[in-house]
This record gives sequence, C-alpha cells and structure tokens, in this order.
Amino acid sequence: MRQGRYGISMALLLVLAMAFLMVNICAGSVAIPAGDVLRILSGRSADAVFADIVLRIRLPRALAAMILGGGLSLSGYLLQTYFHNPIAGPFILGISSGAKLTVALVMVAALGASVRISSVMMIAAAFAGAMISMGFVLLISRVMDRMSMLVVSGVMIGYICSSVTDLIVTFADDSDIVNLHNWSKGSFSGISWEHVAVMAVVIFGSSICVFFLSKPIRAWQMGEAYARSMGVNIPLFRALLVVLSSILSACVTAFAGPVSFVGVAVPHLVKGLFGTSKPICMIPACFLGGSVFCLACDLLARLLFAPTELAISTVTAIFGAPVVIVVLIHRRKGGG
Amino acid sequence: MKEYYFYTRGLTVGYGGVPLIRDISLSLKKGEILTLIGPNGAGKTTILKSIIRQLAPMAGTVYLDGSELGSMRARELSRRMSVVLTGRVRTELMTCEEVVETGRYPYTGAFGILSEADRRMVRESMERIRILDLAKRDFMQISDGQRQRVMLARAICQEPEVLVLDEPTSFLDIRYKLEFFDILQEMSRREKLTVIMSLHELDFAARVSDRIACVKGDAIDRFGTPEEIFAEGYIARLYDIEEEFCDMQTISPELRAVRGTPQVFVLAGNGAGTPVFRRLQRQGIPFAAGILWENDLDYPAAKALASEVVSVRPFCRIDDGALNRARALIDSCREVICAVDQNLSGEFARELRSLLSYAEEKGKPVSRFDKKK
Repeated sequence: MRQGRYGISMALLLVLAMAFLMVNICAGSVAIPAGDVLRILSGRSADAVFADIVLRIRLPRALAAMILGGGLSLSGYLLQTYFHNPIAGPFILGISSGAKLTVALVMVAALGASVRISSVMMIAAAFAGAMISMGFVLLISRVMDRMSMLVVSGVMIGYICSSVTDLIVTFADDSDIVNLHNWSKGSFSGISWEHVAVMAVVIFGSSICVFFLSKPIRAWQMGEAYARSMGVNIPLFRALLVVLSSILSACVTAFAGPVSFVGVAVPHLVKGLFGTSKPICMIPACFLGGSVFCLACDLLARLLFAPTELAISTVTAIFGAPVVIVVLIHRRKGGG
Repeated sequence: MKEYYFYTRGLTVGYGGVPLIRDISLSLKKGEILTLIGPNGAGKTTILKSIIRQLAPMAGTVYLDGSELGSMRARELSRRMSVVLTGRVRTELMTCEEVVETGRYPYTGAFGILSEADRRMVRESMERIRILDLAKRDFMQISDGQRQRVMLARAICQEPEVLVLDEPTSFLDIRYKLEFFDILQEMSRREKLTVIMSLHELDFAARVSDRIACVKGDAIDRFGTPEEIFAEGYIARLYDIEEEFCDMQTISPELRAVRGTPQVFVLAGNGAGTPVFRRLQRQGIPFAAGILWENDLDYPAAKALASEVVSVRPFCRIDDGALNRARALIDSCREVICAVDQNLSGEFARELRSLLSYAEEKGKPVSRFDKKK
C-alpha cells in the first residue's frame, strides 16, 4: 500500500516536471506552439527564429532551473536532516549568502583584472564561501542546540554576507554593476549550454553520492547516538553531509545567485506528498520536487510582469515562506 | 579474566577532560545481567555512554569477548551490541515498524533494504515486546511508555550479544515493567544475552540482576551480587536516605513519620495494620502500634511510622513486659484502632484480644478496621 503511494507520487512528480519543462519552453514573450517545440527538439526543421529561441535560450534555462532547483532542494533536505531542524536550508542558514559573497568577490576581482572566469572557478569560489558560512553555523550549533537559535544565527550570517556583497557591488566599476546586480538577486537567465554541462556534472555527481548515503542518513534520523550504535562512521558521515550539501548549494549560487526558500520548503512539500521520510525515497523525490518548484517559479518570474523579469527569489519566497510557517505551526501542535 | 565475557580494566570516564568516575572494574560472564544503581547524577549514564563508545574513556579499557572494545570495527560492534538510551528520539513521519526496522541496519546491504529474513526478525521482535498493534502508528504520536517499548524492540531486533540499556523502564507501568524484566531474564537465560543497564527501580534491580554496581562519588562504591548490595543499611547510605524513610529489607519507602506523644494505639498484625499506619501518617496523628512480632508483615511500616512499637522477638511468646507496655500506651491514648482480625484462632491471638477488652474496660473508643470492607 505504501509502495503504491510512493510510486504514484513519484510518477506525479515526473509528469509535472515534464509538463512544466514543456510549458517553460513554449511560453514567453514569443509563444511557440508545442508542436514546433517537439519538432525542434527532435531535430526536424522548423522556424529558424523559434529554433534559436528554444535551443539557445529557453531549453538551457529550463534545464538549469530543473538541475539547480533539484540540487537546492536536496541541499535543504540534507541540512534539515543534519541539524534535525525542519526549517534549516541553505538560504536560511546563510550558506547561500556566504557563497554569494565569495562569488561576488571573485567576479569583481576577475573583471578588474579583465580575466574571464570559468564556471568551475565560480563553483570553487561559491564552495569556499559556502564552507565558511557552514563553518560558522556548525560552530554555533555546537554552543546552541535550540533549533530557533540556530536559524536566527544563520539568518544573521546571511545578513552580514549580503551587506558585504552590497558593499562590493557598490564599489565595483559601473559597467560591471548591472550584470553583478542581476545575479546577486538571483535569476536563471543567461545560462549557456556550457553552464548546463558543468552544473549537470557537479549536481548529478553530488546527488548520486547523496543517494549512496541514504542508509546512514536513515540511521542518522534516529539521532547521533543510535546511528553510532548501528555502526555508522560518524565523523566521516558528518563531513560528507556537510561537504555535499555545501557543494550543492554552492553550485546553485554560482550559476543562479541566491535562491530563497526552495531548500527549506520543497522537502516538506515532498514529505507531505509521499508521507514518509525514508531517504531512499526522499532523495530522488526532493530532487524532482525542487525541479518542478523551480520550473514553476521561473515561469512565473518570466511571465507575470513580462517583459520585466522578476527575481527568482521573489517568486520562490511567495510560495516557500508560507510552507515554513505551516511547518512551524504544525510542529508546535505536535508538542515540538 | 578469561572466564569473563565483558570486563573493564581501570576505566575512567568523564566529559571534556574532567574525570567523573575513576578506575571502574566491572566483570560479567556471558548471559549475566549487570545493573548500575546510584543516586541521580552519579554518572551511570556516563559509564554506559563510555561502554557504547559514545564517549571516549579517559583511561583504561573495556573488553568484550576477549578483545578490546575500543578497537573493534564499527560494524562488528553494531552486530554485537545494541542500546536503548534515555534521550528523546524525535522522528519525522516514521512508523513504529520503521523505527524497529532500523535495528536491522548492521545486517542490510548498501541501501539498507530489508530481506525477508530481516522482516521476519522485525516482526518477531515486535511480537516479543507486544507492540505489533503499534506497527503502523507514527512514532511521535504514541505515549512515552509505548515509545520506550518500541525502542526496546528495536534494540532486540539488532540481535545483540550485549544489550546496553539506560533506564529502560522509566516510563513503563507496572505490568510492562514486569513483562520487560521477564523478557530480559528469559533472553539472558536462553540466548545468553548479556545485559548492562542502569535502573532506578531498586526492587527490580534486586530481583533481576546477577551483579549490581553502585555508583557513588567518583568511583564504583560497591560491585557484587544483590545479596551483598542489599545487605543491612547499605542502600540507605548509597542514596543518603535517612534510615527512617525506608526499610531496606522490603525496599518499601515510607514518608516521614509524625513524631510526638501517641494519640492512637493501633492493634496491628498480619499486614492489616500498615494501611492504618499510613492513614494516620497522612492525617498527621502520632500513634503507637503493637503488639507485633518482629517478623510480622506490619513490622517494617510500624517501625518506620509509629512513635512507639511494642514488639516481641520472632516466634516468641508475648511476655508480660510487652503486655504491660501496651496497656500503658492504651491508657495514655485517646483512641484504639483494632486492625487485626479478632477471630484469629492462633494461640497467641488471645493476648491481643485481651488488650482489646482492656481498652473497652477503660472506656476508650475502639474502632475496628476491616480491610476487606
């Protein structure tokens, strides 16, 4: 019976992902009929302008939204598991902001020295920033075990990083600002195929590693002491979880800037849909759920006030923040 | 030490570089039950945590089946030892069955998928602890006692050779406590399961343990069989209880006695007096009790609660000294309560009846207390 529910839920997510992918490619300032899109995707001849829009702009952007959304949601799931904290997430704990800060630094430095920065460099910079923020969060979590305190500290770290980033942006050369400013607000625009290839390698690679951790994650859900008694190598497991969740959120920040509330909200929506917290289910499901969520939000960001585009976080926050509130209320009721 | 399955040598445990309990030497044969007792905060949990490698020992070694426990591989240890801890476990969307399933962790493959044999073991463990009806319930939505039993089933499901339990019965009601200790004893006898646990329930500790270690101050104060530990007066010293509060022969605690000139004389015996003593204690009335043989069921409670007890040595006749003292007390009391059954046919019951008629002669109000009513 439960297996049935998992199957149906997974199928639902897959269908939604495919449907939104299609809509994201079709819809926009130039509407492209689905038939044309399918023809273009299958390599048959079609309108050259349409083909250009689909292949050079909309498809890579939609794929990026799927991959990055999935990575972000998975990162949130890992952080929630790691801290046994339902409102943890890469954005709330300041990890995205840490990554944003170092990426902004590298961008400004590179632009100043007129060096073109590669995607890999961006990811490396973001990872360094994510790990620094994560380090602070871990230090704080050692001192304070209250879940609310951890989140408040994370938000503070996020604010500090954001202010420093703003400072950097303010003092950067005028010509760079527009680009940097857009990125620092978070957006899936301007993604190239090369970007998609790099993010696919990093995010799929990390996600597969996470999937292989689903057994120790299950043990960890019972608490550290029990996980240890079940034979989990705790120091190694902790390190892997920290590094993997940081890589995932760093990669997202490197390409799309900070995207709020996906990491914290989507795992809860998915848990509610599946009715379980089994990692072996939740890991692929969170990934797919994040993809669907980000595809939908990106669609709204593009279309709602077209031709003006909204920052992606503007949309994700509207849908994600209420989820967090509901989770908190629910926990209070459950005696948490 | 060859004959011991589990033993510690010079083990010193503590937190953050501060030793809490030094030089712990415990030894246990396979299939024995060891219980740690001692006052709150004595460090029982710290010792258990060090044994399960949750805390690194500050000095000394723990040996399990001839090899050092500290250098055992995590997987091997997890197949030999399982635990139930005191801290609350917070799960999310996990059924009780799923919680028990985690006990199979050391036996499953890379993705933790349970085989048919694993599932059977899960069912058996749940059957054994009688929680099959909880299988599909959410672990967070059951009572503390039920949760404790689920965690016990989980620990058993791990098929350990050593079971480490930190206050495993603290939330269980009396029936489940009995059931739990029954299961424990059966497993230790039949399956040679070795058990190391901490308990606050001294009565059960005295009944179920093969060995008891008493944790007090910075050391194991005593380590021995229950007979040795529950010898005269020791438990009261271990817990720093004023002796009047507890009779350690029966481990039956009484609240503080009401001191003062006795106002009521209770004719007690055969266990019928104890409820009367307790009622008078609750009402704050000082009383005297008698005449009791020192091996009477009522004697411990009388000794603990009465201002004065008129007693005779076991199996002896009631002598005139005792009778006279009892009469004197009846004279000074304003009331007499007869708790003992007046129709007892025993030879010595005659003296008790004579006290009753003495009280009536003296015009003291006599109330009869029949516990059957």
